Amino acid sequence: MNEVLLKVEDVRKEFPTHSREVVRAVDGVSLEVRKGETLGLVGETGCGKSTLARCMAHLYDVTSGSVWFDGAEISSLSRRAMRPVRREVQVIFQDPYGSLNPRRRVGSIIGDPFAIHGIASGAQRKKKVQELMELVGLNPEHYNRFPAEFSGGQRQRIGVARALALRPKLVICDEPVSALDVSIQAQIINLLADLQREFDLTYVFISHDLSVVRHVSDRIAVMYLGKIVELAPTSELFGQTRHPYTRALLSALPVADPDTADSREQIILGGDIPAATNPPAGCRFHTRCPKARADCAAGEPPLVAVLDDADNHRTACIHPLTLGEDLSTAVPDLKAS
Amino acid sequence: MALLEVRDLRVSFDTPDGAVRAVRGLSFDVEAGQTLAVVGESGSGKSVATQTITGLTRGAQVSGTAFFDGTDLISADQATLRRLRGAQIGMIFQDPLSSLHPHYRIGWQIVEMIRAHDREISKQAARRRAAELLTLVGIPRAAERIDDYPHQFSGGMRQRVMIAMAMALDPALLIADEPTTALDVTVQAQVLNVMRRLQDQFGTAIILITHDLGVVAEMADEVVVMYAGSAMERAPRRDIFYRNHHPYTQGLLASLPARSSERLTPIPGSPPSLISLPPGCPFATRCPHVFDKCRAEAPPLIDVGGDPRHQSACWLPHDLSEAIAS
Repeated sequence: MNEVLLKVEDVRKEFPTHSREVVRAVDGVSLEVRKGETLGLVGETGCGKSTLARCMAHLYDVTSGSVWFDGAEISSLSRRAMRPVRREVQVIFQDPYGSLNPRRRVGSIIGDPFAIHGIASGAQRKKKVQELMELVGLNPEHYNRFPAEFSGGQRQRIGVARALALRPKLVICDEPVSALDVSIQAQIINLLADLQREFDLTYVFISHDLSVVRHVSDRIAVMYLGKIVELAPTSELFGQTRHPYTRALLSALPVADPDTADSREQIILGGDIPAATNPPAGCRFHTRCPKARADCAAGEPPLVAVLDDADNHRTACIHPLTLGEDLSTAVPDLKAS
Repeated sequence: MALLEVRDLRVSFDTPDGAVRAVRGLSFDVEAGQTLAVVGESGSGKSVATQTITGLTRGAQVSGTAFFDGTDLISADQATLRRLRGAQIGMIFQDPLSSLHPHYRIGWQIVEMIRAHDREISKQAARRRAAELLTLVGIPRAAERIDDYPHQFSGGMRQRVMIAMAMALDPALLIADEPTTALDVTVQAQVLNVMRRLQDQFGTAIILITHDLGVVAEMADEVVVMYAGSAMERAPRRDIFYRNHHPYTQGLLASLPARSSERLTPIPGSPPSLISLPPGCPFATRCPHVFDKCRAEAPPLIDVGGDPRHQSACWLPHDLSEAIAS
């Protein structure tokens, strides 16, 4: 479990805008994905989680920094040199409608990876595709149907089958269940868990839905405005939350339990997420943080173990939460003392 | 008498493939000052039902009644509905950007709305009222931002503008159709908070349409669970979560990701087509407790004992736990 499969080192990804500004979507992120684990990436719109995922799979060229897969750097590889790595690293996308070509038959969509990598053809390919369809819970007899003939959940199964065709080591799941109804979402989550066990898969699981991420992840990285603010094993992140943003995110999550909903103190953050073209100086969260102090605006806090945390729990905050600290009554004080 | 009484509402749309029966005999009440959550998955008919009540489903075949304050909204003419919409019934939708005109300043849009229903009010007074409303829903520097265009606001702020507009004439009923679905969770918390605060302040009744059981637990007084166009279960909030009866309600709750990494219990299969519904209970094909009667005859909403407001459209005995154990 401790062997590193994918390593991201100080990755930055910038996008130019029309007004000659630069969106710093991912701004200096380092993390490791270990063999066999599920690493959750969570954060709100614009936090950079999907961009980071695309950098991991080298679907984007990074602006600076590097991505290593299985001990080799992949972020500077050419398309051609990237080919063998593509077999090992696959992506499942959110939209089961937009990511499947509506004019092609499902069998041929799932068979694409075999065709591209010249692995199997003809009857052999068809057999492999039908095995895959069976594996993900699709009826193999539906080989010749079009995507429109499948429901949303079934289409996501098609996406899963295509991603697994070449038996990858790492699967990056970018909001794979966000477009699905809750009863169907549970089917896909279970399917992903079964496949992980069967094929020793490693997952990077991206979602804005904390309850889904908590359910599937061994470790979770929380992102805010292009940076990781907290990275910890799942139970630690929820039980021993250190970063005020993580706490606010957890507290904002509606819980399907009236007793909890009635009794808890919610932390309602003020304002909106600042623009990624011009992030606040110092800690990026300090403009909305309930317990911000003057020194929060001074320097960017490093992602390190804080207080008495072990090295596997890292927080980018100079005033981390202590156990039991009440954030709902905190008041920011940005005046220098 | 309840503020809104919907009885046996049926809505169908003709399509080349046949009639889509989107709503099939839906009845519910909304009490003044209370929040009724209508929960269901895609295609359950939850949005169509409320849109029909407010006269927004053109070209549909509609039957049933919906009495709002003595007026049947289903048989009312467009002029009556137009007068009620906005003044008595405010509405907000999932996507605030498509409900705001991109070309006009938001202040102008709110003023227009106020003056359309109140011809006496002067432009200046309406503008002052618009600024007050924007402050009320928590838009900072409202007096300056009143002259901004919709695209200059973030998603959460736009939804606040929509709420301000919906609340402009102090309606008795606010229909909120997935109002926070497009928003991030911290922004959702802000918007739900605004809705709760306004309800306390003005005693507005809310119909909250959502697919999110978390939002239901946070906001609802009573809940209607919809599936394939009809109500499966109807109950006060706590009964839906703690003393539920219908296997579909139970299936929805069991599908939610749990705190632990235990395996989830999804509902197998997928919802039936609304064009060719099987006879009997629409959930029969996916129900773990299905028996012969379920496939033959659709159950009506039946009192399940306990709270008098608690009803379930299911043939299983009232004490479900006992029935399953035996």
